[in-house]
Amino acid sequence: MSQFNVKITTASENSLILYFGESEGRVVSDDISQQIQIVKQLIELEFQTAIIELIPSYASLLVTFDPFLLDHFKIRHFVTQAVLPNANHSSDATLSEKVVELPVYYGEEVGLDLSRIAECAKLTVEQVIAKHQAQDYRVFAIGFAPGFGYLGQVDEQIATPRLATPRSAVPKGAVAIADQQTAIYPAQSPGGWNIIGRCPIDMFTPEQQQVMPFDVGDIVRFKKIDKQTFISMGGQL
Amino acid sequence: MSKEPLLIADAFFVEKAGMLTLLQDAGRFGQANLGLTHGGPADAHAFYWANRLLDNAPNSCALEITVGGLILKSNISSCICLTGANIPLKINGQLRANWQTHQVKKGDMLEFGFAESGIKAYMAVAGGFQVDKQFGSVSTVVRESVGGLSGLAIQPEDKLPAYEPAQQPSHKKQLEESQQPNYSDDVLLRVVLGYQVDSFSKVEQLKFLTSSYQVSKQWDRMGYRLEGEPISSTQTAMLSEGIALGAVQIPPDGQPIILMHDRQTIGGYPKIGSVFSLDLNKLAQCGQGTSVSFKAITMEDAHNELHLDRYRFEQASIIETAW
Repeated sequence: MSQFNVKITTASENSLILYFGESEGRVVSDDISQQIQIVKQLIELEFQTAIIELIPSYASLLVTFDPFLLDHFKIRHFVTQAVLPNANHSSDATLSEKVVELPVYYGEEVGLDLSRIAECAKLTVEQVIAKHQAQDYRVFAIGFAPGFGYLGQVDEQIATPRLATPRSAVPKGAVAIADQQTAIYPAQSPGGWNIIGRCPIDMFTPEQQQVMPFDVGDIVRFKKIDKQTFISMGGQL
Repeated sequence: MSKEPLLIADAFFVEKAGMLTLLQDAGRFGQANLGLTHGGPADAHAFYWANRLLDNAPNSCALEITVGGLILKSNISSCICLTGANIPLKINGQLRANWQTHQVKKGDMLEFGFAESGIKAYMAVAGGFQVDKQFGSVSTVVRESVGGLSGLAIQPEDKLPAYEPAQQPSHKKQLEESQQPNYSDDVLLRVVLGYQVDSFSKVEQLKFLTSSYQVSKQWDRMGYRLEGEPISSTQTAMLSEGIALGAVQIPPDGQPIILMHDRQTIGGYPKIGSVFSLDLNKLAQCGQGTSVSFKAITMEDAHNELHLDRYRFEQASIIETAW
C-alpha cells in the first residue's frame, strides 16, 4: 500500500471530513479505499462510543463525534499521528475484502437502456453485457437509500452519464450504470441511472441478521443468468 | 410492596392522525454503513424538554406533531406533556397549557389543534411510548420505511403502547414562561464554514453571509431549499461524500439547500459549511416564506455554545405545583 495522504477539513460543529490521496479526495482507487477502511477502524478503536457516525465514501471519510465527549483537536491529532509513515497501523486494523457474487439477468425486457448504451459505445448489446461482467467491482460507498451500494469502476467504454430526466420509478433489483459507477436499486425508487439488467437477490433485508450482502470495501462480481434462473431465484419481472 | 408499571398495548388510540405525526426518539446512529440516516426530532430542544418535564430518560420516544390535527383517545392513567410549536391542546374540550405536564385518565379525548406559531410540537407520555426499536431506534424515517409502527407515519386507528405508572406524580411540572422559546419568522443561522468553502470566492462567501434568503415551498424533514441571491462555486466534478447534519449544499442553480435530519447520508454537491445544530431547532419551526440569514461561527465557538446550552438546560428552573 502506498503512503497515506490525508487532508483533514472541518465539516460541521462536530464533524471532520478526511480526504484521501494526493489529489485530496478527487481520485478513486483500490489503494485509497483500503486506506479509508484502515483509518476508519483505527478511529473506532481509539474513540469508541465518542464517535457518533463514520461515513466512508469514494475518497473521503466523514467523522462525526459526540461534542460532549470529544473535541476536534483530539481527532486531528490522532489521525495525523496514525497515518505517519512509521505508524504501525497494520497490526490494529484488518482489511476485509469479501468477494460477493451477484446474479444478473440482462434480458431486453429488464435492460431498458442496454441498446442505447451499446449504440453510444459503438458496441453490440452482448459486448456491453460482457464488459459489465468482465471485471470485479469495489463497494466504494453505501447511501442514497438503505442498501444502495456505489460500485466502481465501470469500464470507460460503457460508462454512460445519467439520464437527463430521471425515471419516476426504477424497479427494485434494477442493475444500473451512471458514469463509471454501477449499482443495484434495493427498492423501487425514482432514479436517473441507465438500467441494464435485474438482480433477484434482495439488497436490504432488515429482518435478517445480515441486512446487506456486502459492506463498503468488499468486492462484487456479477454473474450472468438466464430468465428461468432469474425467476427460480425469486426474481420479479 | 410497590406496584409494577403495567404495559398497556393501546394506551392511546389514534382517532385522527393529523397532517404528519411521527414517533421519534433521539435518532438512529451508527447505521450509515447500511445507508440509514439519523432521523430524530427536528427540534431537539422541544423534544428533550417534553421528556424532561415528565422525568423521562432523555432518549424516550415521543410524538412529533407537524402543524397539528391529531386526536387521541386515552386508555391509560398517566401524565403527558406538549412542547414546541404553539398547538392548542384540549383535554375533554378544556384548553390546557403547553410546556406543562397534565394528568390523563381512561376515556379522555386529547385534541391537538393547529399551530399558532412554530410547526413542530412534541407530545411525550410518562415513561415514553413503548415501540420496538429498529436498527437501534424508534425514529420514523418514512422515506426509508424504517422505525415507528411498520415504518409509517401515524395512521388513524393506530394503537400507541405505554406503561401505566404504578403511581401518579404528586405535582405538575412546568417550564417557566420566560424560558419558553418564541418561534419567529426571521431566523439567523450560525454556520460552521467547511467542506468545499474554499471553492467559493471571497465575494461569493460574502454574498452568502450578507444576503437574506426565503424558505421556498420545498421544505421537509430531509431539507430546506432556500430562494435568494444565488452563489456559485468553482468546484467542478465532485465525488459523493458523507453529509453532516445541517450541511448547506449549493447545487448548480446556486440556491442553498440546508440538509436536515432525514437527509441522504452521502451526496455530491459542493457544500459551504453546516448550520449550527441549536439554530437548526429554530429553522425546524419555520416553513415557506421564512426569512433566513447566515452568520459564520468557528467550531470552537459552536463547541462552547453547545456546552453552555447543555448547562442552561440542566440548570433551568422547573415550577412544581400541586395538581
